[in-house]
Amino acid sequence: MFNLPEHSFYMMLFVTLLLVTASVARLLLKVKNPQTDHTELKQRIQSWWWMIIILFGILIASPTVATVFFALLSFLALKEFFSIVPTRQADRRVLLWAYLAIPAQYYWASLNWYGMFIIFIPVYVFLFLPMRAVFIGETKGFIRSLGTIHWALMLSVFCISHIAYLLQLPVLNEQAGALGLVLFLIFITQFNDVCQYIWGKALGKNKIIPKVSPNKTWEGFIGGVATVTIVAGFLAPYLTPLTLLQGLVAGALMAVAGFVGDVVISSVKRDLAIKDSGTLIPGHGGLLDRIDSLIYTAPLFFHYLYYLHY
Amino acid sequence: MNRLLKILFFALVVKPVVFFCLGLNVFFKARLPRTGAAIIVANHNSHLDTMVLMSLYPLLSIHRIRPVAAADYFLSNRFLAWFSLNIIGIIPIKRRAGSAHSTLFDECHNALNNGDILVLFPEGSRGAPEQMSELKRGVHHLIKSRPTLNVAPVFLHGLGRALPKGEALLVPFNCDVVIGEPIAFVDDAKQYIHNVGKALSLLEAQCLTRQCAVTDDQQRES
Repeated sequence: MFNLPEHSFYMMLFVTLLLVTASVARLLLKVKNPQTDHTELKQRIQSWWWMIIILFGILIASPTVATVFFALLSFLALKEFFSIVPTRQADRRVLLWAYLAIPAQYYWASLNWYGMFIIFIPVYVFLFLPMRAVFIGETKGFIRSLGTIHWALMLSVFCISHIAYLLQLPVLNEQAGALGLVLFLIFITQFNDVCQYIWGKALGKNKIIPKVSPNKTWEGFIGGVATVTIVAGFLAPYLTPLTLLQGLVAGALMAVAGFVGDVVISSVKRDLAIKDSGTLIPGHGGLLDRIDSLIYTAPLFFHYLYYLHY
Repeated sequence: MNRLLKILFFALVVKPVVFFCLGLNVFFKARLPRTGAAIIVANHNSHLDTMVLMSLYPLLSIHRIRPVAAADYFLSNRFLAWFSLNIIGIIPIKRRAGSAHSTLFDECHNALNNGDILVLFPEGSRGAPEQMSELKRGVHHLIKSRPTLNVAPVFLHGLGRALPKGEALLVPFNCDVVIGEPIAFVDDAKQYIHNVGKALSLLEAQCLTRQCAVTDDQQRES
């Protein structure tokens, strides 16, 4: 189908079936308790459908389309970040240069130029933006502003761009293709969010960091990490070059990293006294609310895989 | 012909720019007046304000939205005048003193009688980025004869960062659009304007991106 590698095709089919199950479950819930308000759940599932349709669409289309899409994702995330954090009016031109780093970064990824891809934002952009800001000449709030801008770039551009680079790696698992890596990364990350949520709802008692996120509990965290570790262990040989044992480690790594990404973005929002970072995705909030864990899992999964197999 | 150009301009330029380069967080969209006659009063920081407000409407009813704008600025040259009158559909108004009050709002009254939705910026001009200036009393004068008219306050935040006064370079930012409950008419102009100002500042508190209003002295002066 669609000339897709067999394993990636079945993975997409499986995710679609999961969503169908979720939609059916919601309808049953509505029949069972017609009084309760299910608007948010409905919006959430509808948004999941849109996200999955768009993601699978661009992955099926071509690696170039997918790379452009992830660049767009970085742009929307960076814009959301710049919009909620305090920036100075004088920084407008610096911010524009920060935006211009996005096409460059994804271009290096599409060229498969690893050396440039990996140092462009941490070195060149890091050194360039303060220089541009110095020429504008506003020193009041300089440290905080430049720190914020670079941090935003690292999170929403550098980290996210690793997903696009996965598509450039030589294919080692012929049956899954390059798509398999992206599907594995995104599925495990989102599955981890769901698992931690469900375990927390079911057993949650002891809070991990009540000041940052009152809903995060040890029970949810440990339950999530255990479930995701096992699932990733079995899924990894199917979709990636990783062996079962390496897959287990990848799962544990991504489960912990996903949790950290979630609470890091939560801290940002708590600092700003806002609940959501935007309104782009109905039922979920902003884009950053959705990709917070992916920001941490993408580079960590990439470098784990890269160290072991490339 | 102009109607078609207007639809094309909003479909191909305004709506995509508003979606990709800006990105809106719209709160309480259901409060937006769907049909006229009605008035939208909003704070004013950028040329984008009008575009953003108009982009909230479906393409087929955009011609019903009539921004009230300064004649001395928007009719200052022939191209801008043609564009403002035909594509945007502004109602030009003379800001300078001297023109008679009675005829000043004639065109506004015509539009309201026609069932259009007027967009008014009671601050008068765009002012410093993300800061409200003193509100003018024109709105009250305009609706004195229509006390039951739906006057919806809308607070816009972030557009003064994306494209402030005196800048030609648009820098992408998400912007907030918060729509409030209709403002009840009161006879006393001063009190009415005070109510409008209060309604707008209440809406400001609900903005998602309000944290970024870090201004610096250098910019305030220019």
